[in-house]
Amino acid sequence: MSRSCFNRYLTAMLCCLTVFGTSLSHAEQVVVYSARIEQLIKPMFDAFTKETGIGVKFVTDKEGPLLARLKAEGKNTPADMLITVDAGNLWEAAREGLLKPIESKTLEANIPAYLRDPQNQWFGLSVRARTIIYNTQKVKPADLSTYEALADPKWKGRLCLRTSKKVYNQSLVAMMIAELGEEKTEQIVKGWVANLATDPLSDETKAMEFVAAGKCDITIANTYYYGRLMAKNPTLPLAIFWPNQAGSGVHVNISGGGVTHYAHNVPGAIKLLEFLSSEKAQNLFADVNMEYPANPKVKIDPAVAAWGSFKQNPINVTKAGELQAEAVKLMDRAGYR
Amino acid sequence: MNALLELRNIRHAYGRQVVVSGLSLTLRKGEIGCLLGSSGCGKTTVLRCIAGFEPIRTGEILLNGVTVSNDNICLPPEQRHIGMVFQDYALFPHLTVAANIGFGLHRMQKKERASRVAELLQTVGLADASSRYPHELSGGQQQRVALARALAPRPDLLLMDEPFSNLDVSLRERLSLEIRDILKSQNATAILVTHDQDEAFAIADEIGVMQHGEIQQWDTAYNLYHKPANRFVANFIGQGVFLPGKVLDSHHVEIELGVLKGDISHKCTTDCHLCREGYPVDVLIRPDDIVHDDASPVQAAVVHKAFRGADILYTLRLPGGSTALSLVPSHHNHAIGEKIGIRLAADHVVAFSQSEP
Amino acid sequence: MRVKGETLDPMARDTTTKYGFYGYLASTYRTSSGWRFLPFLVAGLVLIPIGTVISSFFAPAGDIWQHLVETTLAGLLINTFWLVLGVASGTALLGVSLAWFTAVCEFPGRKFFSWALLLPLAIPAYVTAFVALGLFDYIGPVQTALRTWLGPDLAWFPNVRSRMGVIIVMILAFYPYVYLLTRNAFLTQGKRSLEAAQSLGFNRTQGFFKLALPMARPWIVGGVMLALMETLADFGTVSVFNYDTFTTAIYKAWFGMFSLTAASQLASLLIVIVFVMMVVEQQFRARMRYAENRQSARVDRIPLAGWRAWLLAGFASGTLFFAFLLPVAQLGIWAASVFTRDFDQRYLEFLWHSLLLSALAALLTCSVALLVAYAARRYPDRATHTAIRIATLGYALPGAVLAVGIFIPVAWLDNWLSSIALQLFNMETGLLIQGTLFTMLIAYMTRFLAVSHSPIDSAMQRITGSIDEAAMGLGLNGWTMLRRVHLPILKGGIFTAATLVFVDVMKEMPITLMTRPFGWDTLAVRIFEMTSEGAWDQAALPAVALVLAGLFPIILFVRQTEK
Repeated sequence: MSRSCFNRYLTAMLCCLTVFGTSLSHAEQVVVYSARIEQLIKPMFDAFTKETGIGVKFVTDKEGPLLARLKAEGKNTPADMLITVDAGNLWEAAREGLLKPIESKTLEANIPAYLRDPQNQWFGLSVRARTIIYNTQKVKPADLSTYEALADPKWKGRLCLRTSKKVYNQSLVAMMIAELGEEKTEQIVKGWVANLATDPLSDETKAMEFVAAGKCDITIANTYYYGRLMAKNPTLPLAIFWPNQAGSGVHVNISGGGVTHYAHNVPGAIKLLEFLSSEKAQNLFADVNMEYPANPKVKIDPAVAAWGSFKQNPINVTKAGELQAEAVKLMDRAGYR
Repeated sequence: MNALLELRNIRHAYGRQVVVSGLSLTLRKGEIGCLLGSSGCGKTTVLRCIAGFEPIRTGEILLNGVTVSNDNICLPPEQRHIGMVFQDYALFPHLTVAANIGFGLHRMQKKERASRVAELLQTVGLADASSRYPHELSGGQQQRVALARALAPRPDLLLMDEPFSNLDVSLRERLSLEIRDILKSQNATAILVTHDQDEAFAIADEIGVMQHGEIQQWDTAYNLYHKPANRFVANFIGQGVFLPGKVLDSHHVEIELGVLKGDISHKCTTDCHLCREGYPVDVLIRPDDIVHDDASPVQAAVVHKAFRGADILYTLRLPGGSTALSLVPSHHNHAIGEKIGIRLAADHVVAFSQSEP
Repeated sequence: MRVKGETLDPMARDTTTKYGFYGYLASTYRTSSGWRFLPFLVAGLVLIPIGTVISSFFAPAGDIWQHLVETTLAGLLINTFWLVLGVASGTALLGVSLAWFTAVCEFPGRKFFSWALLLPLAIPAYVTAFVALGLFDYIGPVQTALRTWLGPDLAWFPNVRSRMGVIIVMILAFYPYVYLLTRNAFLTQGKRSLEAAQSLGFNRTQGFFKLALPMARPWIVGGVMLALMETLADFGTVSVFNYDTFTTAIYKAWFGMFSLTAASQLASLLIVIVFVMMVVEQQFRARMRYAENRQSARVDRIPLAGWRAWLLAGFASGTLFFAFLLPVAQLGIWAASVFTRDFDQRYLEFLWHSLLLSALAALLTCSVALLVAYAARRYPDRATHTAIRIATLGYALPGAVLAVGIFIPVAWLDNWLSSIALQLFNMETGLLIQGTLFTMLIAYMTRFLAVSHSPIDSAMQRITGSIDEAAMGLGLNGWTMLRRVHLPILKGGIFTAATLVFVDVMKEMPITLMTRPFGWDTLAVRIFEMTSEGAWDQAALPAVALVLAGLFPIILFVRQTEK
């Protein structure tokens, strides 16, 4: 290949690559930045497109990078909507001015107040309860009561926990701070750490398996992890215990979304949110991931309902975000890795 | 037996190809030997066999009377207490000159090592280059470092593989003499391998002319030049021509230019016919055997001349038609085609019977 | 080697007009200062994301620093220190010994092991980590089996979720860097130096320690630096082990305490540490040269027999087993269990995307590394070397941090371009550069330049100035010299670089996640999705595909260089 020919080829290739990503499509669509992974969100988007004809383009990533991306893109962002798997990051997104408050009677009707932003910048779409999982062969339900009680010395060497670096534990501790205050929460967390049978684990499915194998007797996990594990391995001696029923209720977190501040297609995004809060989509949430619907009018999936009903803690989940940084620092001080 | 190195009938081959066959030599302590030959004659292979990098098929190599190589054993190089200077010097590029030289002195104490290195640096004239790196030195300097490095552990035998082939001619001459002085001052025993006669003559005490893996003659430079054992050596060493001649007796041979007086009786023992009167022989006539003499009746025509600074090498056509060479002081500048007077000035005879190789 | 001073080459002027821009770049080899600025240009490019990260120091990070100092910082630094020390010594020992044995000795299976020992490169370190834990932790098959045989009390069984566990997993994952580079060194060292050592009284073993090893130092250090940068930047492996390092603190500050500023400040510290390490290493090598004066013959292999040979074969097998075979087997089992459910034709799409990205990134990054190495050779001064050091820093930053560091300037540029478009043409263009392959490739180049620079730069050391001069004397210049003289000598280094970049890009996650076009997923993205939900067995399917895809360049490369 002669020199000049090679030059032209190279330049052409570069141009193609540049153009490659620019998409100038004209059909209506909503663009979503999602921290919820594809297989847990695509079915809902497909259902939406089928019903309304509006296409959904989405990209998945961790929340931190998604938020940084939204911020950097500013008003040229292609994103119309942001979806996360916890309340803390929604709170942060709102705080950074990345979300836009919207008016929607449907959403206000479908989603209870404690599961959405007081300023209507984001709405919970599914609920995950964080509950106590115990070994049925070693522990009787009568032995358990609250999250706080797990700090009791009688549980020494019998507790397994997931790492404090995971947002679900951060949210839990944040809610505890909201309810009980920092000092008390720190003592409780210190108590948990003292009771650990082994170093905190990197994921809660592992923690539950440890419980089943007998290394420890109890752990705290999200309900859907429990559901998945039991579906894979029904013979495991594990069961759910709903803590704090006499008190404020089980700690819950949400997977939810909001419209971005500089969204190009605000009506489309609102439509999508409303769809996701409707019965059809809410059932899909349960189908794909065994979560609880945020919409209280929707019937709970039988497999999930089989775990029993429980009282949810009605503190607005926005507190989870507000106090997350505090919670992280508290856990560091308490030595909870 | 005070021979330091003895090679007895060694033979080496690469697969089927024989590289060295039936080679023997002896080297005494303090002597500098040389293997001289053109490329491919096997001289480097012999050196590597002595060093222990190559095994031998048959024969024996003895160092200080101890067998180090034969058809069964091959003592590893590191145990032979020899030193080697490679053709490309093989200096360690990541070490300074001083570190290179001191590399083989790992068994010495630090102080001792430092003083030995300093001593050698002084000897090779590189005292101010001790902390430089090889790539910062010139070719001649690198070569001296290589020599110093090899000499540092006071090896029993020093081997040098074409040590000057990478240097330019003027440097070669000067370094040859310097190296000889260094070696003699250290009372080193050494074997050098080269294709360059001048180098061999300048450095070595005894030289072995090699061809096809065999030593044709192992002798001093003077003897190789003036008393070559066979035609190959006669042709290889120096220059000269063969002129036809007739034996008169064991001390006289007649050629076209006159009668040569010299002792050829040693040849009669090998070939008793040679000393008979009238026996035809080829006589070696070197350029220094024919001198220019204006008074001489014998005239020869200049066919070719090569100016060499101090002298001119004339190729002459003798009256009888044969060609001869003559070395003449260069202020006798004659043109091609001119006839000049010449006469014989040899006081020895080198003659081969016409059937001798 | 210092190349002789400038000579005006009339050919260069002509070739500018004849061959266009790229021809100019190549033909100015001997003349103008085009080459002078190249390293600075590349360094400048890399400095943009790094600068973005460091600029975080201009913003306040609240009390996060104070909090860290009061609570976990000391522990983090100690953890990080031991991790670095452990991985550096482990990879050096393992990599160098394996390299020596496969380069210089002959033992059963040597030919196979020569390239097979590279295979662990294809597996991301965190995959090895979760397989190791999956197998050896309390609930894994090993301990479960032992408990059934020996009873419930296994206090003697080592705790895998420990510092030692992380170090061992990382050694197994990163030793190929050291192995590869060091092996190149030994193979090209030539036998003269070793013979010289023998003639000075050193036997072969001593020759190794006193000569071969020191002479291979730039390669060894290069490999260990790569392993260390991977270690420092790693987040996946230490997450799986829940081992707190400096990098986990970076992510905690970012994701947990919602402070990208604090995270960036911490990351800047990391950059400074790595930079200092590089400078120290550079000082060390300042005046030394590692080129042989002449091209030397290759070393004859030392044949080993008896128990020694089998011991070596066992050593190599053991390494290969734990670093590659075991993880792949476990992945295979997991993948098989989900295959029918999860595998669809989208996998071919993911595979294609991964391969395309990796190949293009390897091409771009190696070309840049080659050009930069040339420029350094031409102008081997302090400034150039510093610029190159900076240019390779991208590798030491944790992936997501670098991704953000790249993204912010790209987005800024995009916004600026679109505002200009709006002003000049009244056209709403949206984002132009972001979300294109071009941006992705530049981002990869920023991250992986270190990986391609190391082997190419080391290979370049073998080309002496006299080779250049000989070539020039024969009338070769510019492109032709590059093509006919240098490339054959550099071939090994270039292939090493290309393979490393290829495999690294295949495994890369954070930059891919952040810069990819919509709906454009790769195998690594797939793995991310699965592992973020703790579905390790589902993650095994794309992981196996990734490993298999990564095997091809490794085997290809070895075909090219193994003699």
